[in-house]
Amino acid sequence: MKLLEHEAKDLFRAAGIKVPATGGVITDLKQLPAALRKAGKAPWVIKAQVLAGGRGKAGGIKLAKTPAEAKLHAKAILGMTMVTHQTHGEGLKVREVLIDAASKIEREIYFSVVLDRKTAGATIIASAQGGMEIETLAVEHPEAILRLPVDPVTGLPDYAARRLAFDLGLPPERLSEFVKMTKALVRVFLDRDCSLVEVNPLAVTPQGLMALDGKVVTDDNAAFRQPLWAAKTDHQASALEKEAKKHDISYIGLDGTIGCMVNGAGLAMATMDTISLAGGSPANFLDVGGAADEARVTRAFQIILKDKKVKAVLVNIFGGIVKCDMIAAGILGALKKVKLTVPLVVRLEGTNVEAGRALLSKSGVKLLQAKDLWEGAQKAVAAVSGRN
Amino acid sequence: MSILLNKDSKLIVQGFTGAAGSFHAAQCLAYGSPLVGGVTPGRGGTMHLGLPVFNTVTDAVRKTGADASLIFVPAPFAADAIFEAIDAGIRVIITITEGIPVLDMARVKRALEAANLRGNPVRMIGPNCPGVITPGQCKAGIMPGYIHKPGPIGIVSRSGTLTYEAVHQLTQNGLGQSTVVGIGGDPIAGSSHRDILELFESDPKTEAVVMIGEIGGSSEEEAARYFQEKMTKPVFGFIAGRTAPPGRTMGHAGAIVEGGAGTHASKVEALKKAGITLVDNLSEIGQVVARSRKAVAA
Repeated sequence: MKLLEHEAKDLFRAAGIKVPATGGVITDLKQLPAALRKAGKAPWVIKAQVLAGGRGKAGGIKLAKTPAEAKLHAKAILGMTMVTHQTHGEGLKVREVLIDAASKIEREIYFSVVLDRKTAGATIIASAQGGMEIETLAVEHPEAILRLPVDPVTGLPDYAARRLAFDLGLPPERLSEFVKMTKALVRVFLDRDCSLVEVNPLAVTPQGLMALDGKVVTDDNAAFRQPLWAAKTDHQASALEKEAKKHDISYIGLDGTIGCMVNGAGLAMATMDTISLAGGSPANFLDVGGAADEARVTRAFQIILKDKKVKAVLVNIFGGIVKCDMIAAGILGALKKVKLTVPLVVRLEGTNVEAGRALLSKSGVKLLQAKDLWEGAQKAVAAVSGRN
Repeated sequence: MSILLNKDSKLIVQGFTGAAGSFHAAQCLAYGSPLVGGVTPGRGGTMHLGLPVFNTVTDAVRKTGADASLIFVPAPFAADAIFEAIDAGIRVIITITEGIPVLDMARVKRALEAANLRGNPVRMIGPNCPGVITPGQCKAGIMPGYIHKPGPIGIVSRSGTLTYEAVHQLTQNGLGQSTVVGIGGDPIAGSSHRDILELFESDPKTEAVVMIGEIGGSSEEEAARYFQEKMTKPVFGFIAGRTAPPGRTMGHAGAIVEGGAGTHASKVEALKKAGITLVDNLSEIGQVVARSRKAVAA
């Protein structure tokens, strides 16, 4: 799960990492004067709280020297729809704005701890050229990027943090502060089960080293031991996605018209791909899980059909331990509870498939059966374009 | 021959008496797997499914000579169960458990490396995987056994039902399998595609390999490099996730395109460049492999 900047900074502050004085987050202009007071003397930075990089360029970060200026900026940013290079063409509505005290920046450093799948551990990525997006930096100045693997058991040793400081060209008087801060950031990564902790910029200011921004991605699998963020809402998930998750169904909404219900994540992706190969477009990713029983199938149908773009539904289930006749009965049971108004294509394969298919045929329920996924995808695509 | 498991393996189940452990252990037994017992702390000395239960993996190894373990222990305790299996000298650890924190897996990887450096060879498969099956000899996992049949094709995959789909098509086309390995859908896994390709390459009974991958990470790209440099047997590849949006986790924790890395396009290109036969349409995997083998035979 991705945390918003202010949530990341709360995490940093609690770990003894210096962040700017803050007036907190506001959702309404009425809250602005109090936030400004709390943040201290002008100038202030007004920052849109959305999960996307490139906020500055998109007009989501503004400096204010007076309360009037702050009001102007906060008003413009609150409620704006932000499109950055990281939102993939979609607009993100700004619902929260962070009010921070502005800092005098002497130097900007890029610092992050990432999950490195290749080395199966954590890796620090740092650069003396902070402030830039790391993706841009990687393309334009790959030589300016430092990498340092971190042991997931012991964390960052002092000597390694010192070496990093020297490699970044920090003056000796900043050394102990840098060691303390980077060790703390690595501890946040390891102790809070993160897959990303990014500080960009990590700024050298007259008040010391400071995290002026924060990006944190947490590992959902560790929620059971991270009460601090287990209760937080997932800002990236849509209402439908959250509802699905509550019922243990893995669902991601997409732009297409063919709703999919599949058992298994890999097969669900492959089903989406096959629909696209057949000339259609998937409306969602949905993994109904191993035990595709009546209750879960019902729930999955309900979730898929809440998306009004859906013009046909393709069910693709490979029955293994759970047998196809059981699954067919589940589908028929679910159809009694859910009023299906769009064409339904069902492809069953696996254990007791003949019995399962017979059950569907004999039921008299209006649905199309397919012998394999390719046929299923083609039938669904044809159904959407009204050809059968 | 086969890889990882055969009829002479001595398999135990960790989390033996739990709901998932019991159910699947019974299925493995029914398949004829060489299951010799199980471990549930506090239940040592009792019998379950007609087999002895032990308190610790070390006990189980001492009394039964177990060399392989199938783990169903719930996610919060799974890493500890893996550490225990490594410590007890188990050679093949298969972890079915889904939802293990990724940093736990990072620590497990260090323990696996350390054990191998000590001269205590151990291989881990999973987590978040369907397991391993050597058809006709040993089923250690949650896959439906009957869709498999013994034969010359090795399969390695990050997915469960997607693998069953491929196995089913191969069997329908008259092609049996040497061993089918699900390496799992997590960002950090015990074994990579490349690790399993190496095993298949040195297995005399495996004649060709089907490699099933998906978006995220670089396991498929690394395997493609190995194939190009070292492998003599043909490999057929399929990559899921062409239509997956970037930045979203597609069910499997490891199936995510981040910062433009691990895309479907980059994997497909790496496989093609290495000379791996790429299958675009999942429904054609069985036919493509069968056709290619007939062409070679003719």
